[in-house]
Amino acid sequence: MSEWKKTNLLDLQDLSKEEIDLVFETAKSFKEVSAREVKKVPALRGKTVVMLFFETSTRTRTSFELAAKRLSADTINIAASSSALSKGESVLDTARNIEAMNVDMIVVRHRSSGIPGMLSENLKASVINAGDGCRSHPTQALLDIFTIKEKLGRMEGLKVGIVGDILHSRVARSNIWGLTTLGAQVTLCGPSTLMPVDIEKMGVTVNYNVDEVVREVDVLMLLRLQKERQQDNFLPSIREYAKEFGINSSRLKQAKKDMLIMHPGPTNRGVELSADVADGERSVILEQVTNGVAIRMAILYLLSGTHKSIETEQE
Amino acid sequence: MSLLIKNAKIINAQKAEDNLKDILIEKGQIARVGASIKAGSAKIIDAEGKWVMPGFVDLHVHLREPGREDKETIESGSRAAAKGGFTSIVCMPNTKPVIDNAMVVEGVIKEARRVGLVNVYPAGAITRGQKSQEMVDMYELKKAGCIALTDDGRAVDNSQIIKMAMQYAKMVDILLMEHCQDYLLTGGGVMNEGYNSTFLGLKPDPGVSETVIVARDIELAAYLGARIHLMHISLERSVELIRKAKEDGIKVTAEATPHHFTLTDDAVKSFDPNTKVNPPLRSEKDVEAVKRGIKEGIIDCIVTDHAPHNFEDKEVGFAEAPFGIIGLETALGLVITELVDKEVISAPQMVDRMAASPANIARLANKGLIEEGKDADVVIIDPEIEWEVKAEEFVSKSRNSPFIGKKLKGCVEVTICGGRISYQRK
Amino acid sequence: MSEGGANKKGLTVTPVSKIMDKEYIRRALMRIAHEILEKNKGMEGLCLVGIRTRGAVLAQRLNQCMEEIEGRGVPLGILDINLYRDDLTLIDHQPVVRETLIDFDLNDKKIVLVDDVLFTGRTIRAALDALIDFGRPANIQLAVLVDRGHRDLPIRADYAGKNIPTALDDDVRVKLRESDQADDEVLVVKRKIK
Repeated sequence: MSEWKKTNLLDLQDLSKEEIDLVFETAKSFKEVSAREVKKVPALRGKTVVMLFFETSTRTRTSFELAAKRLSADTINIAASSSALSKGESVLDTARNIEAMNVDMIVVRHRSSGIPGMLSENLKASVINAGDGCRSHPTQALLDIFTIKEKLGRMEGLKVGIVGDILHSRVARSNIWGLTTLGAQVTLCGPSTLMPVDIEKMGVTVNYNVDEVVREVDVLMLLRLQKERQQDNFLPSIREYAKEFGINSSRLKQAKKDMLIMHPGPTNRGVELSADVADGERSVILEQVTNGVAIRMAILYLLSGTHKSIETEQE
Repeated sequence: MSLLIKNAKIINAQKAEDNLKDILIEKGQIARVGASIKAGSAKIIDAEGKWVMPGFVDLHVHLREPGREDKETIESGSRAAAKGGFTSIVCMPNTKPVIDNAMVVEGVIKEARRVGLVNVYPAGAITRGQKSQEMVDMYELKKAGCIALTDDGRAVDNSQIIKMAMQYAKMVDILLMEHCQDYLLTGGGVMNEGYNSTFLGLKPDPGVSETVIVARDIELAAYLGARIHLMHISLERSVELIRKAKEDGIKVTAEATPHHFTLTDDAVKSFDPNTKVNPPLRSEKDVEAVKRGIKEGIIDCIVTDHAPHNFEDKEVGFAEAPFGIIGLETALGLVITELVDKEVISAPQMVDRMAASPANIARLANKGLIEEGKDADVVIIDPEIEWEVKAEEFVSKSRNSPFIGKKLKGCVEVTICGGRISYQRK
Repeated sequence: MSEGGANKKGLTVTPVSKIMDKEYIRRALMRIAHEILEKNKGMEGLCLVGIRTRGAVLAQRLNQCMEEIEGRGVPLGILDINLYRDDLTLIDHQPVVRETLIDFDLNDKKIVLVDDVLFTGRTIRAALDALIDFGRPANIQLAVLVDRGHRDLPIRADYAGKNIPTALDDDVRVKLRESDQADDEVLVVKRKIK
């Protein structure tokens, strides 16, 4: 198995197939740790992990925090509201101040694409991207793909449909990278106003007919539709979206027997999917959440073993 | 004080002189041009091996004063202009307060005279407060010293207002300059729409936000028989619209910036906030079209859109960073490196696009030409010197340039404005 | 593995005796199985936990021996101790972690921990910590194929296939059919630094 050499996790396109496999292999063991009576191992004892969230998040932050705690790391949460930024403190300045307190890893989320990369170039601490702008959300994609692999046992040739607001979705972009790297075929579906230009160049196909997509795929990933999209005139109405692109049980009648329904959460029941689909037997939404902790434990564990070049110039 | 430039290879827009000549400058004017002029008491500048050109005219500069003197002042901006070979600059009205009344205009002119390094011509706003709601008092601004009006930073969104403004400006006889960008159509975009914006997850600004305004203003100019100057053209489609308009005899002129003919949106992949400009850096084919437009004169002049921002403002995420980069000190190097050296344009064409043509658009009658009786605005450059752009060498108060670290060819030796040396390379 | 040649770090590897072969290993494991049963007075409450990777193979084989002796085996678990290592901050890359598979309750059980080589005792220390996280066994015993000495910690084996006196820088190499795709054997390799 390949050796882990990355010092940061910024984007999924930085990871090779072998590295993704290593993350999955590692996550499998951590999933077992989370199922134990004593859900804690000492691997990251003495390490400090900071959750630096410039954008509010409950799920991802909690998942990272649990992951770090189960590895015995010390964790700190910093919910840097955007008002702190408008007071004139730059992101980098904030991060440098935190790093000065000798932290080992910084988990960062920011509404602006590229911030984790900028921080990683300027900090000695390992930087983990917990979502930047519309660009990237690598741990979400890793846990999604891990869940697919666990359920269906393969990736090569698998057909995955992603339905929703692709334009604003970092989850979609990261999944596209990961899925295509592992040999899956990705079809995107959603209103044309929410489909980014030239997305086909990422190696995917676009189909605006959701019923066709439902019929042909092995996995259907649904994205959360933000209510603001209607106000910003990307859509005539949420109601029309729900009717044309929402997934309900009658639409699923044409689907393959073992097709999976996935959603990164939080779901808008009645919009991108109906309640019975969300809770139905095809749905692996809660398993995604469980696997999220394991994947994040794996990432924290693997990154804690590599050091930035400043420190590893022996040999 | 008089100056005598010896052994000058004079390059005007019409032609480059074959023989070396001397230029005698007295009382702020070019007194004589000829062979072997006697020095008398004049200070001698030997220009052997150099190019001597009329001082450059930049129709598009942000000096930030009044309001953001932390980014640039009339003084530091004038210094940067002189270092870049510019002798006349038009400063944009999006200051705080906006240049939309005589008092602010007079303040700018007074400070520029005190500094006295280059000619600073204020552009006033087209609408009060640049809010696209009501026209400014155009006669008042013209009388106070504005040579043009623009809402730069934003187009005049209201089509009825721009129509009225063009009609009224025609009577007042003042130049209107349009920032070509339909604000709503940009969709809050921060970079060019294309695979790169998709890939980078940055909000895209579709090029049609520019072409819609280009087309609208061309139609209005045609309808009214008025003239309009279209600012920072960045797209192939815009160049084609302007070409057609010129063929149809519509009184339209256009400008482009060095960054729009040197960089594509690939530069944004670095997430360097210094690649965030408005209009955004475009695709390869647009860059080629802008170059072609400059070569063929469809784009009349090269401007810098010098837009200083301080470090703190740019040290945020790409999406939050302000638009704009500085350009006065790198323009000549970029024009020589990217256009003259690569034979896109000749040296006389360069003089046309950087001096004669903008002087003509701004109706600066005695500028843009080295000839007896003209204003003594002259720049002496060494077209062969190669240099590296270094952040610490900018004389501008700001350092927000994407060209830091880039090697450029062509460098200003001496800038003479109004008969006085305003910059001399050490 | 090249034997006798110089590797890139300037070490000359000289092969020394094969100290256990296939038969020897088989007999040793059978003896250990008997000893375990004898000492624990049968199979009541007995469980085997092998340390990945070769300890797990050996635990499996010990269980087969017990089946031969008693007609049935005991609960068998696999332990990955990497997360409990005390040298994680010292090594350059994180070791690959694999699953720990212990699907029985080890509270009040008699656990026989199985590993291939007992050396410094640090692996066993990690394994003890890991086991305690799963519950409170009645006792924990240690079975190893080879005890080569040089302990850093106060740990000893309850059952050993063979005690081998070694120099500190010797390499003890265990090969097992299941994990190494090679015939069973134990080698001691002398390392000389040129």
